[in-house]
Parts: sequence; C-alpha cells; structure tokens
Amino acid sequence: MSATEIRYINLYESEEKVYNRRITGFFQRLRRYVSAPLMLGFLLMPWLVIDGRPAMLFDLPARQFNILWVTFSPQDGVYLAWLLIISAFLLFTVTVMVGRVWCGFTCPQTIWTQMFMWAEFLCEGDRNKRIKLDSQKWSAEKFFRKAAKHGIWIAISLVTALTFVGYFTPIRDLVAGMFTFELDITAVFWILFFTGATYGNAGFMREQVCKYMCPYARFQAVMYDQDTLAVWYNKERGEKRGPRKMTEDYKAQGLGDCIDCSWCVQVCPVNIDIREGLQAECIDCGLCIDACDSVMEKMNYPLGLISFTTEGAVDKKKVKIMRPRVLGYGFLLLIMVGTFVYSLATRMPLLVEVIRDRGTQMYRITDGNVSNVYNLKLENLDRKTHVYDVSVSGNYEFEIQGYKAPPVTEGEIINLPVRVVTKRSELKGEKNTITFKVVARENPEVVVSRSTTFIGPSK
Amino acid sequence: MSTFWSCWIVVLTLTNLVLLFWILMANRRRAVVANENDTGEAKTTGHVYDGIEEYDNPLPKWWFGLFLATFIFTAGYLVAYPGLGLWKGMLGWTSHNQLEGEQTKAQATYDSTFGEFAKTPIDQLAKNPEAMKMGSRLFLNNCAVCHGSDAGGFFGFPNLTDKDWLYGGSPERIKETITLGRQALMPAWGPIIGEANVSNVVEFVLKRAGKEHDEAKAALGETVFSTNCAACHGADGKGNQQVGAPNLTDDVWLYGAATPEELPAVLRQTVRNGRGGVMPTHAQTLKAERIHLLAAYVYSLSLDDAK
Repeated sequence: MSATEIRYINLYESEEKVYNRRITGFFQRLRRYVSAPLMLGFLLMPWLVIDGRPAMLFDLPARQFNILWVTFSPQDGVYLAWLLIISAFLLFTVTVMVGRVWCGFTCPQTIWTQMFMWAEFLCEGDRNKRIKLDSQKWSAEKFFRKAAKHGIWIAISLVTALTFVGYFTPIRDLVAGMFTFELDITAVFWILFFTGATYGNAGFMREQVCKYMCPYARFQAVMYDQDTLAVWYNKERGEKRGPRKMTEDYKAQGLGDCIDCSWCVQVCPVNIDIREGLQAECIDCGLCIDACDSVMEKMNYPLGLISFTTEGAVDKKKVKIMRPRVLGYGFLLLIMVGTFVYSLATRMPLLVEVIRDRGTQMYRITDGNVSNVYNLKLENLDRKTHVYDVSVSGNYEFEIQGYKAPPVTEGEIINLPVRVVTKRSELKGEKNTITFKVVARENPEVVVSRSTTFIGPSK
Repeated sequence: MSTFWSCWIVVLTLTNLVLLFWILMANRRRAVVANENDTGEAKTTGHVYDGIEEYDNPLPKWWFGLFLATFIFTAGYLVAYPGLGLWKGMLGWTSHNQLEGEQTKAQATYDSTFGEFAKTPIDQLAKNPEAMKMGSRLFLNNCAVCHGSDAGGFFGFPNLTDKDWLYGGSPERIKETITLGRQALMPAWGPIIGEANVSNVVEFVLKRAGKEHDEAKAALGETVFSTNCAACHGADGKGNQQVGAPNLTDDVWLYGAATPEELPAVLRQTVRNGRGGVMPTHAQTLKAERIHLLAAYVYSLSLDDAK
C-alpha cells in the first residue's frame, strides 16, 4: 500500500445545474406541435360550457363531476378506476412499442420545463451566455435579466395554477374574484400552492423530477425489449470519436463520425450522455438527435448518428413490431376500452335504493290486506328533470299505495315512501321477493329495477 | 393515560426523532481512504443481478432538505398539538372541541334555515316544497319508526295521511301533539259492564259504523253506550278530539282487524281490556323550530293538493 490520505464524500450532493443549449430541429418542432394543442386544451377546457354546464368541473362540495356531456357522481368512481387502469395499460403498450415518448413529448413536466427554458433563453440568452451571466457579479443588467426571467416564470405558474384550480371551482368566479380581491382563503391557498409547485418544478426541479420522483421512470425499464423504439447512438459508426480538421481524411486517422462536440449532452434536459448507451434517465425527447443532425449536416456527414431506432436494429437484427408483448397489451387494451365504452354508453343516470321500514311493526294487516312500507331513494343523475313512475311486481298481485310522483331535478335525491299492498289470502310465505321498477316518464330507457323482500304473516 | 404510559410515549417518540436526526446528520459525509488504485469510478452497492450493478450514488441535496423540513414540521406539530403523551399542545386542540366546533357551526347553518321556516305559519309552510323536503327528512328520522315512512300508520299507530284525527288536525293541535305528546287511555270495561254487555255494545258500535251487526244486541248495547261510553265518545259516537276519543262511526280503526270478519272480536277485546296509546313528547329531543317544520309536514300529508 502506498501513501493514503483521508477524503470525504458528501452523501447528499447538490445537483450540478444543467445549462441546456437551445436547439431547433424536427423533434423540437414535433414536441411543439404535439404539446400546443394539449396546452390549449388544458387552458380552454375550464372555460367551455356544454349543456349550460362547465365542460370540465370537479365540483367537490356538490359531489358532482362534470366531464363533457356527462355528470358523474361519487358512485361512478368505478369509471375513474377503469379510466386509470386503461391509461396505465395504454402507457405500457406505448412504452413497449415506442419507449418513453410520453415523457419526451406530452408529459407536463417536460412541456412546462420547455416553456420555462424558453423564457430563460429569452431573458438570459443561450447556454454560454447563461453560464457567463451566472458567474458574473451582480449588476443592473444581471438583475434585470434575472428579474424578467422569474417574472415570466411566475406569470406562467400563476396562469397554470388558476387554470388548474379552475377545474375544481368555476373559473369565471375565480378570475373575477382575483381582480376584486374576493377570493376565499381556500382558493387563495391552492392558487398560491400550485403557483409555487409549478415554479419550483419547472423552474428548479426539472430533470430531478424525472430522475428521482417520477414513478414511471422507476418501472419503464422493465417494459423495454430489444425491439422497443428508443434514442440510440450508433456506436459502430461514431467511434472512435474525436475532433478533426475538415480537410483531412478522418477515417484514415481511425476516427468515426462523432466529432465529440458534446452538443448532444448540452441539449439534453436530463443531462445524460446518450453515447454511453440507453439510460434510465433518458426521456426519449429526441433533442440530442436534433443537435447531432445539425452537426452532421454542417460536417456533410449522413444524418442519424443518433436516431430513434431499436436495440435490435443497432445490433443488425430483424426488427419485429408485432411481438407477444405488444399483442398481449394491445388485446387487453382493446377489451378494456370496449368494456369501458360499453358501460359508459349504457350507464343509467338514475340511482335507486329501496329500504323496507323496520319500525315498530314490519307489516300491517287490515281488511284482508297485508301491507309493507318502503322508503325509495331516487337520485337523478341525468342533466334533465325527470318524473319517475314506480311499479312493483312479484309472485302475487302487488299494489302501490300513496305514491305521488314529484319531478326530480338534476342531481337531486328524493325520498319516496310507498306502501305496497297485497291480498292476505294470496300470500303464502313469510318472506317474498318483490321487484320495484322505476322508469323515467319521458324516457323509458332510463329504468332501474331493485328487488327486496315483502314480509307477510307467519302462517 | 397514566404517567407511566405518557412518559413511555414521550421517551419513545423523542428518542426516535433524535436517533433519526442523528442518522441523517452523521451520514452527510463519509470518510474514504483514497489510494492510487482509486480511479474515481462511481462506487456500486455490490448488488448484482443479471450482471446489472447498482450505483451507490449520493442522494440529491434537496432530498436532505426535505428530511430537515420534516423534522422542523414534526417539532412544530408536537409543540402545537397533543402528540406527546399528556402534553396538551399550545393550540388547545382536542378531538372533542373540534367536534363541538363543527356541531356549533352546523347548528348555526341549520338554525338560520329553520329560523326562516319558523317564522312562516304552518299552513303556508306546508305548501313550500323546499321546506317539505326537509320536513320529510325530519319525519323519517323521528316519526317513521312508529308511523311508517309513508305516515300511513300501523296497528295501534295512527295513520296521519287520512283526515281522521284523534286530537284534531289543525296546525296548532298537530304541533301540540308533537311537542307535548299524548297519553291515550281507553279503560278496560270488561270487569265493569260484564261480558254480555261488551258484546252488546260492540254490536251497537258496528251498527253506528255501518257494519254488519246483530240488531237485537245493538239495541241492548245502545243503553250501555250512553251510560258508559258517551262521556268520551259522545252521544252520537263521533268522538271527542279534546280528550282524544276516536270517532267510532267512520270505519277507521286504530286497532283494526286483519279481516272484516275478525273486526267484532278485535272490538270486543278493545272494550273488554281497554287500550293505552302513547305518543311521546318531543319537546326535549327536538328544537321548537324543527317541531314547527315537522307539524307543517304532517299537516301537508292530509292536504288534498299536497306536493
């Protein structure tokens, strides 16, 4: 053993700040085309009105969830569960086929980060200027540039927060209340909270979220196989990398096509070197492809040193698109989407609960008749007012007494006490099954049946 | 909680916190002995699976920051809230006073609604659909157990939807009935008038109610009725709502029979053994404005154009 010295390793390390180089190219444009409509949808959705209701409003106090043409109630939670399962499987299927494109092109974290980077570029200039600016002493210019950047960031965050809170409380009141200072404390809290969260996430956390917080990043690797489309560096063509003079024949020097300009690293939002091979942090955004292609163009080399391809293709194997995994996920997805659409289409906008009176006496016998009293709870989940007709059937001639059908407005729950009567001489057993059928008067397709017991005397 | 268990919790909680804090701080830096063979390559944890190794990279600093923030929050929480044994917390919060606060708030909300209703006369209130919806809830919670959800009554429990009232169906009388309750007493006449007269008087009552009866017995029963029963039920048998004596001529029977054939036997039992009915008082269990609303609901049930 030679001379030793004691060194210290910090187990909690502050992350190196990533200075991204700005790049334009096919994939950067593609993301813009994909994300712009999504952004627009996010911003406009709470303002839209369908059937006189907000197109998207999760009204928690009223427990009504307006989604486009349908109003859901908490009892419809199963649809939400299904939707989440379908989304998960959709993500799996997409990941198996084309890798982590969700992250690169549609994930809010990426899109907001890109917007914030744009503001950064606007105020502080591109990579080198920013590095220089950060190393400078504070000056009026530096202050102005930084202030402008944070101003834009906060503005974007505030709009984001307002829009997001607008999904839970009518956005018109929210925006109006913001200008008249009449917002209640809860709304103010959440607006500030989401402003702060957006500012922190897109401004400072950025790639840290993708690397450490995002659960998808944790398990996406298991869905990759050798035919999954991902960003790959063509090692065979690129190596050995190194700088060269345009005038000399680099191949004679044993160099590959990679000129080692490190642009691919500089543009990477998660700051990885794709030339080291596929990495868990890679969000498949394709920025390194744009960067490399622009360099290849300048060098008059063929494009695609870094490209979207598969591990199999890199290894010169045959690419199989239809593989058991894809087929399996696709098949499951098809079944689930089908079931979901079917159950949604046949969803009954009416909830019926029947509770038999369990009071002092279960039934009453008078004048040769046996009666049971039931309390019907009807909840109208439709967007129209309905009058419901109730009928009852069973083994015997049952008759309903005391039923007056009132109109039930949308979202309203009413109690309808009814007395069901039958002839005692007909009734054979103690416990009998009867079925209530509730039909909307104007729309016979809205019909719900509920079975319950009718108690008779014990002889 | 005894002092022992309080101490136990305090010591356990604080020791854990201190221990965790120490682990966090003690692991901020680690000394390594560097030698010439140290190439500066990232260390691995030594876990290998399928040839894949796990890097032993340091955690990001914000992670450490979050831990610290959690400790600060914990300290603040334990000072403000009763989390440490018998310590009451600076805010004086208890689950009990939270419940009380929420109940008071709910009362205030409902009292204002009920207060509005309480100012409205019952006969007007009975035509207010919003009020009647609330009334029906009150009825289901307080009255349906005896009178049924439909208020149609059961054996011994009056039907509130017909227009037959034992104590009167005016808004004031209904409210009085709910507030103070009623004690009904039909004395047992069997020992006084004898079994033969029980039978006779029942035939007379059946005659007045327009039912099938024995004419000869009914004639005998008339005398029995006027000496013994008329005092409460009236000479004409139409009852007296002041004392709650039912009208015997309308074929509405509080203690009715399963079949028309059984009616005479049931009536004989009533006369022979008497009946006692109790409507409990609600003055203690329900606030006055709720009783007001409830009275309006019950009143609305017998209105022709109800709802």
